[in-house]
Amino acid sequence: MPRHEVVSPIPGVFYRRPDPGSPPFAEDGATVTEDQSVGLVEVMKSFHQIPAGAAGTLVEFLVDDEAEVDAGQPVAVVETG
Amino acid sequence: MRRLLVANRGEIAVRIIRAARDLGISTVAVHSEADADALHTRLADVAVGIGPSAASKSYLVADAILAAAKDTGADAVHPGYGFLSERASFAAAVADAGLTFVGPDAATIERMGDKVAAREVARAAGVPTVPGTPGGVADADGAVAAADDVGYPVMLKAAAGGGGRGIRVVDDAEALRTAFGQASNEALKAFGDGTMYLERFVTRARHVEVQVLGDGTDAVHLFERECSLQRRRQKVVEEAVSPGISAQTRDAMTAAAVSLCREAGYRSAGTVEFLVDDETGEFFFIEMNTRIQVEHPTTELVTGVDLVAEQLRIAAGEPLRFAQDDIVRRGHALEFRVCAEDPEKDFLPSPGNVGRVTLPSGPWVRCDTWLEPDGKVPPYYDSLLAKVIVWGSDRTEAIARSRRALAEFSVSGIPTTAGLFAELLDQDWFASADFHTGTLEQWLATRGENA
Repeated sequence: MPRHEVVSPIPGVFYRRPDPGSPPFAEDGATVTEDQSVGLVEVMKSFHQIPAGAAGTLVEFLVDDEAEVDAGQPVAVVETG
Repeated sequence: MRRLLVANRGEIAVRIIRAARDLGISTVAVHSEADADALHTRLADVAVGIGPSAASKSYLVADAILAAAKDTGADAVHPGYGFLSERASFAAAVADAGLTFVGPDAATIERMGDKVAAREVARAAGVPTVPGTPGGVADADGAVAAADDVGYPVMLKAAAGGGGRGIRVVDDAEALRTAFGQASNEALKAFGDGTMYLERFVTRARHVEVQVLGDGTDAVHLFERECSLQRRRQKVVEEAVSPGISAQTRDAMTAAAVSLCREAGYRSAGTVEFLVDDETGEFFFIEMNTRIQVEHPTTELVTGVDLVAEQLRIAAGEPLRFAQDDIVRRGHALEFRVCAEDPEKDFLPSPGNVGRVTLPSGPWVRCDTWLEPDGKVPPYYDSLLAKVIVWGSDRTEAIARSRRALAEFSVSGIPTTAGLFAELLDQDWFASADFHTGTLEQWLATRGENA
C-alpha cells in the first residue's frame, strides 16, 4: 500500500481534537478524504487545521496528542490506493 | 508590600519586575518549562516552575500560582495583561489566600468585564454609550426589533466577549436573523455564555482610550491613546495622544473616563475605551480594561508617570499621589508591536531559534522586550517579541525618530513585523493621521495586491 505522510506545515502543538470536549478529528483506521482535517496545530494562539492531504485509510498517528511538532514533521500516515 | 509574585511572562513580566525593584519590592517569577531560562525567570529574586510549557497547564493554573506565592512568602500578586489578569475568580482567590491582588477587586473586574453591566455603569456616570440595546437580547426576533430602533448597520456582540470574537456586522434584518444564531453559538462555545447585544455600527470609527488611575475614592486620567491601527481587531500601532480628535473632544472624553472611574469606585490602573465617530466627532464608551495594557508605555512617555509603580502603590493601600493638574503631557509617543509573524505570508506565526538580536535604543527610544540573542521564541504563547516605543517633541519628530529606531531593530533566524512598520511610516495617510479602525487592513490588502 502506498503510504502518504501527513505533514504539519508549521511548528506548534499538535491536537487530535478540535477542542477538549469534542471527539478526535479522525480515529486510527478511519477512512479520510484529501481535504478532511486529521488534527490541529496551535502556534502562538492561532489554530491551523491539518488536512489529510490524500484520500485513504488513516493507519497511524506519529505524534502524541498535545505534542510539540516542528514545521515539516510528519504527524500521521494515510494508506492510499 | 514586600514580595511580589508576577503571574505572567514575556515583556510585561520583565516590566513589572523592574518597577517592583525600583520600589524596593522583592520579586518572584513563575515560569513554565519553556520559560525555565527566560529573561523574567532570571531577573526575579526567586523563580518557581509551575508546570509544562502550554499556558493552560502553567500560567493559567491559579492553584499552582497561589502555591508558588505561599511557598516563596509573596504577599502580593501582579497578573500583568492577558492570562489571569481579568479573571475575577483569580482576583478573589488571591484575596482569599490573604494576598494583595494588584488590580481592582473581583467584584469590579466582574462588573466591568460584563459588557452589558459595564454599559450600565457608564450610563449611571452620564458617559455616552454606542446606541444599542441596554441589555442582552433574548433571540433573533428580539434582535431584529431592537435593530429597528438602533438603525442599520448594526454590530452583534457577545456580552462576555473579548479579542474580537463573537462579533458580526449586518446591514439588514435578514442578515441579522442568520447571524444571530451563529454568533450566539460561537459566544457560548468561546466564553460559556451565549448572551448577545446590539450596537450601532460606526463606519469610520477611531479607537481612542483613556488611561485612568483610581484609588477607590478619587480618580485621575493620564490623557488618551489612539489605537485605531488594528489587524483582525488586534492593535498593531498605538500613539499618545490621539492625533485624530479635537481638544474639545479630548476634554470631554477624559472627563467622562474619570466620571466612570468614580462611579465604579475604581481602584488601580485601568483603561476606558471609546469609539469615536470620525465623521461627527461623537464618542461612545465601549468597555473598560481593568488591567495594565500592552500600550501603556506611550502614556508613560508623554506623562512621565510609571503606571506599574502607581498600580503597586495603590494596591499597597496608598492614596493617589496626583491631583489632575499635576499630570502634564508633553510631546508625542508611538508604539510599534514587533511580532514573530511573517507579513509576507499573511502574518503566519513564526516561532523558532533566533541568532543575532539588535534592539533599538538611543535618545527617546524605549524597547520593552524579553528577547535575547541565541534565544528561542516558543510556539506556546503570543507572538509579541518587543514593543518599540518612541518619543518626540511632536508627532512629526516622533515619526522621524521611529524610522531610525525601527531600522535598528534586527533579529536573525525568524521573520518579524519590524520591516513592515518602516513602510507604514512612509504612507501619507499615516503621516496625516487620516485613518480609522479599518485603514490598516485596507492598506495591507492593497499592499498584498501590489506585491
